[in-house]
Amino acid sequence: MMSYTVSMMPAAVMNGLMYGSIYALVALGLTLIYGVLHIINFAHGALLMLALYAAFFLYSILGIDPYLGILIVVPGSFIFGYVLYRFMIGKLAHGKDQNILLITLGLSIVFENMAMLFFSADQRTVNLSYSFETVDLGFVLLSIPKLISFFASLVICFLLWMLMSMTDLGKAIRAVAKERQGARLVGIDVDKIFAATYGIGIACLGAAGCLLLPIFYVDPYTGNLFVIIAFTIVVLGGMGSIVGALIGGFIIGITESVGGLILGESLGQIGISVIFILILMFRPNGLFGGKT
Amino acid sequence: MAISISRWVQMGLLVLAVVLPLAIQNNFYLDVLTIIFFTAYLGQSWNILGGYAGQFSFGGVMFFGTGAYASTILWTTYGIPPIYGVFVAILAGAIVGLIVGYASFRYGLRGSYFALITLAFAEMLRIIANSVEFTGGGVGIFLNFEPSIMNLQFINARGFYYLSLGMVVISIIIAMWLERSRFGAQLIAIRENEDAAEALGINVLRSKILAIMIMGGMGGAAGTFYAQKYLYLDPPIAYSIALSVEMLLVTIVGGMGTVFGPLVGSFVLHIVTEVAKHLIESPGLSLIVYGFILILIIAYLPNGLIGLFKGLSGKRGK
Repeated sequence: MMSYTVSMMPAAVMNGLMYGSIYALVALGLTLIYGVLHIINFAHGALLMLALYAAFFLYSILGIDPYLGILIVVPGSFIFGYVLYRFMIGKLAHGKDQNILLITLGLSIVFENMAMLFFSADQRTVNLSYSFETVDLGFVLLSIPKLISFFASLVICFLLWMLMSMTDLGKAIRAVAKERQGARLVGIDVDKIFAATYGIGIACLGAAGCLLLPIFYVDPYTGNLFVIIAFTIVVLGGMGSIVGALIGGFIIGITESVGGLILGESLGQIGISVIFILILMFRPNGLFGGKT
Repeated sequence: MAISISRWVQMGLLVLAVVLPLAIQNNFYLDVLTIIFFTAYLGQSWNILGGYAGQFSFGGVMFFGTGAYASTILWTTYGIPPIYGVFVAILAGAIVGLIVGYASFRYGLRGSYFALITLAFAEMLRIIANSVEFTGGGVGIFLNFEPSIMNLQFINARGFYYLSLGMVVISIIIAMWLERSRFGAQLIAIRENEDAAEALGINVLRSKILAIMIMGGMGGAAGTFYAQKYLYLDPPIAYSIALSVEMLLVTIVGGMGTVFGPLVGSFVLHIVTEVAKHLIESPGLSLIVYGFILILIIAYLPNGLIGLFKGLSGKRGK
């Protein structure tokens, strides 16, 4: 048993890295929204679920490969997020934090059960022609879809970093995050920037949905699995930190898969909740954040 | 004058609730009313910490589930009847409240952070219940149906109806006591401005922990009730996110920090649900309606339905 655990360890770590990169992408959207709007987007899991369905139906109805589907789902998610914030969340919450928490909770209930109503509770998966092809790294076999997802999410994280640091939009977003009033005074339309940030956050989910679908499944409650994971990564990496989300994603991905190997499938999931609770209690600003 | 009138209305409603089962022979309606009372009771437990003390929990189900497992395991494994077991359930819920409250409030977690940490605790308990043996793991526990007062089980729906009515009355009495007591005033002070409350000499940590322990104890008893009525328990039921949401939902819809808010909210939401079910038979629909109601209430009626009544009847409110 012991030797089996040891011999499986490299595979578990690699697997954790692969999933961790997608977790990072999910968390990236959440941390960006938090960093700029200072709100907790509780609908994050449900919106990821919608992105997964979008990728799924693009594949099953139009035959578009999920990885190619990124080109459609990402802009679509951006528009959806932009409109959702501008005409709903921002308008209805009257600027109170707890209201936003509850409204996004309400939205997630609505989305999940609409998915239930229209798409039924069936678990759906896609079978791509290359689903079961693998690459031999010598010490571990990795499936092609996992590898593609891994590298694609790294690329997308990098693109997001470029967007935030190199473009005017990124500059405006950072300005709003730092100093709302000041940004308004220099002529930035703060409400539009809020909506755009929310849109970018949801676009990250769109990408994550497309990358996740080939190696996972979707049902109306898939999003719930990722809610605690994403929040854990965000507090682990520091609310609002892009690099933190990336590193946090890898830590959580590896914790989950190594935890599953050592403690068994069922109890293995506990590692994430425990990390979450400990981080919230002792380092609520994250591993890389300053002290309060 | 206003106070005495509303007191008479309350008494009248209570008498009506007591004699109602004599008029209604249909078990279906009694079961719906039982669920309304049960949810209102859980909502009131959430209201004490969320409505009065202003600490929103997203994992309120953890007390319910722990209480349900406590009395159920005592009964099925050790033969201790639930009428005693329920006190262990209350104690278990309060202890979980103490631990979670101490862990989170001592480190100054507020607002969204507190909501999330309670969610994580509930999730952790679900995973533990799923992995250990004495809870029956993922298979769950089946309870026997042996109606007797010792087992808190009844031959017909009427018995459970009265039990749930008793629970909701107790919960309302707790809320009424809270509104008049020094402790309740301290909780409200904490809700309005925690730093100011601290400066006034209120022991904020102690008050918040006490509030979550009351919530926990109440939730524990609800767990026993549920298990004895529905005769089955497994981790997804005991620690269901949906129930956590429902208890905050009925309270917010009815009116947070009010004595009758949870009951009003529970009534309205369940009646809406039943009507919706009647019109369209499909899973998930009632929850879609719940979600929309939650959003609309937050956006347009921050004081809930009770606030609406108070607004309509002018300043007579208090």
